[in-house]
Amino acid sequence: MRFFEDMEIGVRREVGSFTFTAEQIKKFAAQFDPQAFHLDEEAGRKSLFGGLAASGWHVGSVCMKLMVADGQRMSKEAAARGEEIPVWGPSPGFRELRWIKPVLAGDTISFSGVIESKRTSEKRPEWGILQSRMTGINQRGEQVYSLLATAFVPRRNAGS
Amino acid sequence: MTTLTFEDFKPGHFGTFGPRHVTREEILAFAAEYDPQPMHLDEEAAKASMLKGLSGSGWHLCSLLMRMMFDGFISRTASMGSPGVNELRWLAPLRPGDDLTADIEVEEARISRSRPDTGIVTFKGVVRNAAGVTLCEMVSPIIVRRRTDVAAE
Repeated sequence: MRFFEDMEIGVRREVGSFTFTAEQIKKFAAQFDPQAFHLDEEAGRKSLFGGLAASGWHVGSVCMKLMVADGQRMSKEAAARGEEIPVWGPSPGFRELRWIKPVLAGDTISFSGVIESKRTSEKRPEWGILQSRMTGINQRGEQVYSLLATAFVPRRNAGS
Repeated sequence: MTTLTFEDFKPGHFGTFGPRHVTREEILAFAAEYDPQPMHLDEEAAKASMLKGLSGSGWHLCSLLMRMMFDGFISRTASMGSPGVNELRWLAPLRPGDDLTADIEVEEARISRSRPDTGIVTFKGVVRNAAGVTLCEMVSPIIVRRRTDVAAE
Protein backbone atom coordinates (compact mmCIF):
# COMPACT_ATOMS: atom_id res chain seq x y z
CA MET A 1 0.00 0.00 0.00
CA ARG A 2 1.09 3.57 -0.60
CA PHE A 3 0.07 6.90 0.88
CA PHE A 4 -2.24 9.29 -0.95
CA GLU A 5 0.63 11.69 -1.64
CA ASP A 6 2.67 8.97 -3.35
CA MET A 7 0.00 8.01 -5.87
CA GLU A 8 0.54 9.50 -9.30
CA ILE A 9 -2.27 10.20 -11.75
CA GLY A 10 -1.95 8.52 -15.15
CA VAL A 11 0.67 5.94 -14.23
CA ARG A 12 -0.28 2.34 -15.08
CA ARG A 13 0.52 -0.33 -12.54
CA GLU A 14 0.31 -4.06 -13.29
CA VAL A 15 -1.38 -5.75 -10.33
CA GLY A 16 -1.06 -9.39 -11.38
CA SER A 17 -2.60 -12.14 -13.47
CA PHE A 18 -4.85 -15.12 -12.76
CA THR A 19 -5.81 -18.25 -14.70
CA PHE A 20 -9.46 -19.21 -14.32
CA THR A 21 -9.80 -23.01 -14.24
CA ALA A 22 -13.09 -24.78 -14.98
CA GLU A 23 -13.09 -26.04 -11.40
CA GLN A 24 -12.75 -22.55 -9.90
CA ILE A 25 -15.38 -21.12 -12.26
CA LYS A 26 -17.89 -23.80 -11.24
CA LYS A 27 -17.09 -23.51 -7.53
CA PHE A 28 -17.70 -19.75 -7.44
CA ALA A 29 -20.82 -20.09 -9.61
CA ALA A 30 -22.30 -22.86 -7.45
CA GLN A 31 -22.05 -20.57 -4.46
CA PHE A 32 -23.08 -17.19 -5.88
CA ASP A 33 -24.20 -17.30 -9.52
CA PRO A 34 -25.50 -20.74 -10.51
CA GLN A 35 -26.64 -19.83 -14.02
CA ALA A 36 -26.16 -22.80 -16.37
CA PHE A 37 -23.51 -21.05 -18.53
CA HIS A 38 -21.31 -20.63 -15.42
CA LEU A 39 -21.72 -24.25 -14.29
CA ASP A 40 -21.82 -26.48 -17.34
CA GLU A 41 -19.53 -26.62 -20.41
CA GLU A 42 -22.32 -27.64 -22.78
CA ALA A 43 -24.68 -24.89 -21.57
CA GLY A 44 -21.77 -22.42 -21.84
CA ARG A 45 -21.09 -23.42 -25.45
CA LYS A 46 -24.75 -22.89 -26.37
CA SER A 47 -24.85 -19.46 -24.66
CA LEU A 48 -23.78 -16.03 -25.92
CA PHE A 49 -20.43 -16.70 -24.17
CA GLY A 50 -19.49 -19.68 -26.38
CA GLY A 51 -17.96 -21.70 -23.54
CA LEU A 52 -17.90 -22.23 -19.80
CA ALA A 53 -17.72 -18.61 -18.59
CA ALA A 54 -16.73 -17.23 -15.21
CA SER A 55 -19.39 -15.25 -13.33
CA GLY A 56 -18.71 -11.54 -13.69
CA TRP A 57 -18.65 -11.36 -9.89
CA HIS A 58 -15.92 -13.98 -9.89
CA VAL A 59 -13.86 -11.81 -12.28
CA GLY A 60 -14.42 -8.73 -10.10
CA SER A 61 -13.53 -10.63 -6.93
CA VAL A 62 -10.32 -11.97 -8.50
CA CYS A 63 -9.36 -8.43 -9.54
CA MET A 64 -9.87 -7.39 -5.89
CA LYS A 65 -7.76 -10.35 -4.74
CA LEU A 66 -4.88 -9.31 -6.99
CA MET A 67 -5.16 -5.65 -5.93
CA VAL A 68 -4.91 -6.66 -2.27
CA ALA A 69 -1.91 -8.92 -2.99
CA ASP A 70 -0.23 -6.10 -4.90
CA GLY A 71 -0.86 -3.71 -2.00
CA GLN A 72 0.64 -6.22 0.41
CA ARG A 73 3.75 -6.51 -1.80
CA MET A 74 4.11 -2.71 -1.73
CA SER A 75 3.71 -2.73 2.05
CA LYS A 76 6.49 -5.31 2.41
CA GLU A 77 8.78 -3.21 0.21
CA ALA A 78 8.01 -0.12 2.30
CA ALA A 79 8.67 -2.07 5.51
CA ALA A 80 11.99 -3.29 4.08
CA ARG A 81 12.96 0.34 3.47
CA GLY A 82 12.00 1.12 7.06
CA GLU A 83 9.09 3.33 5.98
CA GLU A 84 5.72 3.75 7.64
CA ILE A 85 3.10 1.39 6.15
CA PRO A 86 -0.24 2.93 5.24
CA VAL A 87 -3.45 0.99 5.86
CA TRP A 88 -6.05 1.56 3.15
CA GLY A 89 -9.59 2.42 4.02
CA PRO A 90 -12.79 0.96 2.61
CA SER A 91 -14.27 1.74 -0.78
CA PRO A 92 -17.52 3.70 -1.15
CA GLY A 93 -18.22 1.91 -4.43
CA PHE A 94 -17.49 1.79 -8.13
CA ARG A 95 -18.90 2.87 -11.48
CA GLU A 96 -18.73 1.75 -15.10
CA LEU A 97 -18.03 -1.92 -14.47
CA ARG A 98 -17.90 -3.56 -17.93
CA TRP A 99 -17.78 -7.28 -18.58
CA ILE A 100 -16.55 -6.65 -22.12
CA LYS A 101 -15.82 -10.22 -23.21
CA PRO A 102 -16.42 -13.54 -21.49
CA VAL A 103 -13.70 -15.03 -19.30
CA LEU A 104 -13.68 -18.70 -20.32
CA ALA A 105 -12.17 -21.71 -18.58
CA GLY A 106 -8.40 -21.69 -19.14
CA ASP A 107 -8.19 -17.92 -19.79
CA THR A 108 -5.43 -15.96 -18.06
CA ILE A 109 -6.40 -12.42 -17.22
CA SER A 110 -3.81 -9.74 -16.44
CA PHE A 111 -5.11 -6.82 -14.43
CA SER A 112 -3.68 -3.32 -14.27
CA GLY A 113 -4.81 0.02 -12.91
CA VAL A 114 -4.41 3.70 -13.72
CA ILE A 115 -5.24 6.43 -11.22
CA GLU A 116 -7.68 8.82 -12.88
CA SER A 117 -8.28 11.32 -10.11
CA LYS A 118 -7.42 12.07 -6.49
CA ARG A 119 -8.84 14.52 -3.99
CA THR A 120 -8.81 14.98 -0.26
CA SER A 121 -11.92 14.07 1.69
CA GLU A 122 -13.83 17.08 2.99
CA LYS A 123 -15.48 15.16 5.80
CA ARG A 124 -12.38 13.17 6.76
CA PRO A 125 -9.29 15.34 6.16
CA GLU A 126 -6.93 12.53 7.18
CA TRP A 127 -8.08 10.61 4.11
CA GLY A 128 -7.76 11.03 0.37
CA ILE A 129 -10.23 9.69 -2.18
CA LEU A 130 -8.79 8.00 -5.21
CA GLN A 131 -10.44 6.93 -8.46
CA SER A 132 -8.66 4.20 -10.35
CA ARG A 133 -9.54 2.57 -13.70
CA MET A 134 -8.87 -1.15 -13.48
CA THR A 135 -8.55 -3.17 -16.68
CA GLY A 136 -8.37 -6.92 -17.35
CA ILE A 137 -6.73 -8.24 -20.54
CA ASN A 138 -6.79 -11.90 -21.62
CA GLN A 139 -3.93 -13.96 -23.08
CA ARG A 140 -4.91 -12.83 -26.61
CA GLY A 141 -4.53 -9.17 -25.63
CA GLU A 142 -8.30 -8.56 -25.63
CA GLN A 143 -9.78 -6.33 -22.99
CA VAL A 144 -12.34 -8.32 -21.01
CA TYR A 145 -12.96 -6.24 -17.89
CA SER A 146 -12.98 -2.61 -16.88
CA LEU A 147 -14.00 -0.80 -13.70
CA LEU A 148 -13.73 2.68 -12.25
CA ALA A 149 -13.00 2.02 -8.58
CA THR A 150 -13.04 4.48 -5.69
CA ALA A 151 -11.13 4.06 -2.44
CA PHE A 152 -10.19 5.91 0.74
CA VAL A 153 -6.39 6.16 0.99
CA PRO A 154 -4.62 7.54 4.08
CA ARG A 155 -2.68 10.81 3.84
CA ARG A 156 0.89 10.97 5.02
CA ASN A 157 1.38 12.60 8.43
CA ALA A 158 -2.38 12.82 8.81
CA GLY A 159 -2.05 12.63 12.58
CA SER A 160 0.39 15.53 12.90
CA MET B 1 -42.82 -23.16 -14.14
CA THR B 2 -43.10 -20.40 -16.71
CA THR B 3 -39.90 -18.77 -17.82
CA LEU B 4 -39.84 -15.01 -17.40
CA THR B 5 -39.04 -13.13 -20.61
CA PHE B 6 -38.42 -9.47 -21.43
CA GLU B 7 -42.18 -8.81 -21.48
CA ASP B 8 -42.44 -9.69 -17.78
CA PHE B 9 -40.22 -6.81 -16.67
CA LYS B 10 -42.07 -3.50 -16.49
CA PRO B 11 -40.64 -0.36 -14.90
CA GLY B 12 -41.47 -0.20 -11.19
CA HIS B 13 -41.04 -2.37 -8.11
CA PHE B 14 -40.38 -5.98 -9.10
CA GLY B 15 -39.96 -7.87 -5.85
CA THR B 16 -38.34 -8.28 -2.45
CA PHE B 17 -36.10 -11.29 -1.92
CA GLY B 18 -34.44 -12.93 1.04
CA PRO B 19 -33.85 -12.93 3.92
CA ARG B 20 -30.37 -14.36 3.52
CA HIS B 21 -28.49 -15.00 6.77
CA VAL B 22 -24.75 -14.33 6.59
CA THR B 23 -22.43 -16.06 9.06
CA ARG B 24 -19.05 -14.93 10.40
CA GLU B 25 -17.50 -18.08 8.87
CA GLU B 26 -18.76 -17.13 5.39
CA ILE B 27 -17.44 -13.58 5.76
CA LEU B 28 -14.01 -14.82 6.83
CA ALA B 29 -13.87 -17.51 4.11
CA PHE B 30 -14.71 -15.07 1.31
CA ALA B 31 -12.29 -12.46 2.63
CA ALA B 32 -9.48 -15.01 3.00
CA GLU B 33 -9.81 -15.98 -0.64
CA TYR B 34 -10.67 -12.72 -2.41
CA ASP B 35 -10.18 -9.71 -0.15
CA PRO B 36 -7.71 -10.47 2.67
CA GLN B 37 -7.58 -6.97 4.13
CA PRO B 38 -7.29 -6.87 7.95
CA MET B 39 -10.66 -5.05 8.28
CA HIS B 40 -12.35 -8.18 6.79
CA LEU B 41 -10.31 -10.80 8.67
CA ASP B 42 -9.11 -9.57 12.02
CA GLU B 43 -11.36 -8.30 14.86
CA GLU B 44 -8.76 -5.98 16.38
CA ALA B 45 -7.68 -4.44 13.07
CA ALA B 46 -11.36 -4.13 12.12
CA LYS B 47 -12.16 -2.21 15.33
CA ALA B 48 -9.42 0.28 14.50
CA SER B 49 -10.65 0.69 10.90
CA MET B 50 -13.07 3.27 9.51
CA LEU B 51 -15.80 0.59 9.64
CA LYS B 52 -15.31 0.04 13.41
CA GLY B 53 -15.75 -3.70 13.54
CA LEU B 54 -15.43 -6.83 11.43
CA SER B 55 -17.12 -6.32 8.07
CA GLY B 56 -17.59 -8.46 4.99
CA SER B 57 -15.89 -7.68 1.69
CA GLY B 58 -17.95 -5.45 -0.58
CA TRP B 59 -17.40 -8.07 -3.32
CA HIS B 60 -18.91 -10.67 -1.00
CA LEU B 61 -21.97 -8.45 -0.59
CA CYS B 62 -22.22 -8.04 -4.39
CA SER B 63 -21.93 -11.81 -4.84
CA LEU B 64 -24.63 -12.37 -2.20
CA LEU B 65 -26.91 -9.90 -4.01
CA MET B 66 -26.29 -11.87 -7.22
CA ARG B 67 -27.31 -15.07 -5.45
CA MET B 68 -30.42 -13.46 -3.96
CA MET B 69 -31.41 -12.23 -7.42
CA PHE B 70 -30.73 -15.70 -8.85
CA ASP B 71 -32.87 -17.41 -6.23
CA GLY B 72 -35.51 -14.68 -6.47
CA PHE B 73 -36.06 -14.63 -10.25
CA ILE B 74 -33.00 -15.01 -12.48
CA SER B 75 -33.14 -18.81 -12.10
CA ARG B 76 -36.46 -18.73 -13.99
CA THR B 77 -35.64 -15.85 -16.34
CA ALA B 78 -34.45 -16.22 -19.94
CA SER B 79 -31.30 -14.32 -18.91
CA MET B 80 -28.37 -14.19 -21.30
CA GLY B 81 -25.97 -12.47 -18.94
CA SER B 82 -25.09 -8.89 -18.08
CA PRO B 83 -22.78 -6.39 -19.79
CA GLY B 84 -21.82 -4.76 -16.51
CA VAL B 85 -22.81 -2.55 -13.59
CA ASN B 86 -23.48 1.14 -14.09
CA GLU B 87 -23.02 2.03 -10.45
CA LEU B 88 -22.47 0.26 -7.16
CA ARG B 89 -22.47 2.04 -3.82
CA TRP B 90 -21.34 0.43 -0.58
CA LEU B 91 -23.18 2.50 2.02
CA ALA B 92 -22.83 0.56 5.28
CA PRO B 93 -20.76 -2.44 6.32
CA LEU B 94 -21.91 -6.06 6.03
CA ARG B 95 -21.67 -7.59 9.53
CA PRO B 96 -21.51 -11.18 10.76
CA GLY B 97 -25.03 -12.43 11.52
CA ASP B 98 -26.78 -9.97 9.17
CA ASP B 99 -30.07 -11.04 7.60
CA LEU B 100 -30.15 -9.47 4.16
CA THR B 101 -33.13 -8.59 2.01
CA ALA B 102 -32.93 -7.32 -1.57
CA ASP B 103 -35.46 -4.93 -3.08
CA ILE B 104 -35.43 -5.11 -6.85
CA GLU B 105 -36.84 -2.44 -9.09
CA VAL B 106 -36.94 -2.32 -12.89
CA GLU B 107 -35.53 1.09 -13.85
CA GLU B 108 -35.77 0.65 -17.59
CA ALA B 109 -36.69 -2.05 -20.11
CA ARG B 110 -35.89 -1.59 -23.79
CA ILE B 111 -35.51 -3.78 -26.86
CA SER B 112 -31.92 -4.32 -27.98
CA ARG B 113 -31.03 -2.60 -31.24
CA SER B 114 -28.19 -5.00 -32.07
CA ARG B 115 -30.11 -8.16 -31.07
CA PRO B 116 -33.83 -7.53 -31.61
CA ASP B 117 -34.79 -10.93 -30.19
CA THR B 118 -33.58 -9.68 -26.80
CA GLY B 119 -34.25 -6.81 -24.47
CA ILE B 120 -32.11 -4.96 -21.95
CA VAL B 121 -33.65 -4.74 -18.49
CA THR B 122 -31.90 -2.34 -16.12
CA PHE B 123 -32.41 -3.30 -12.49
CA LYS B 124 -31.81 -1.33 -9.34
CA GLY B 125 -31.07 -3.56 -6.38
CA VAL B 126 -31.04 -2.30 -2.79
CA VAL B 127 -29.71 -4.58 -0.04
CA ARG B 128 -30.79 -3.90 3.53
CA ASN B 129 -30.06 -5.57 6.86
CA ALA B 130 -32.75 -6.61 9.37
CA ALA B 131 -32.69 -3.12 10.93
CA GLY B 132 -33.58 -1.64 7.53
CA VAL B 133 -30.18 -0.01 7.04
CA THR B 134 -29.17 0.12 3.36
CA LEU B 135 -25.87 -1.68 2.85
CA CYS B 136 -25.54 -1.31 -0.90
CA GLU B 137 -27.25 -0.09 -4.04
CA MET B 138 -26.56 -1.40 -7.50
CA VAL B 139 -27.77 -0.44 -10.98
CA SER B 140 -27.11 -3.13 -13.56
CA PRO B 141 -28.53 -4.14 -16.95
CA ILE B 142 -29.31 -7.76 -17.80
CA ILE B 143 -29.95 -9.11 -21.31
CA VAL B 144 -33.24 -11.01 -21.41
CA ARG B 145 -34.72 -12.96 -24.33
CA ARG B 146 -38.03 -11.73 -25.76
CA ARG B 147 -41.00 -14.07 -26.14
CA THR B 148 -40.57 -15.85 -29.47
CA ASP B 149 -44.06 -15.07 -30.75
CA VAL B 150 -43.61 -11.36 -29.94
CA ALA B 151 -40.05 -11.06 -31.25
CA ALA B 152 -41.04 -12.62 -34.57
CA GLU B 153 -43.58 -9.88 -35.33
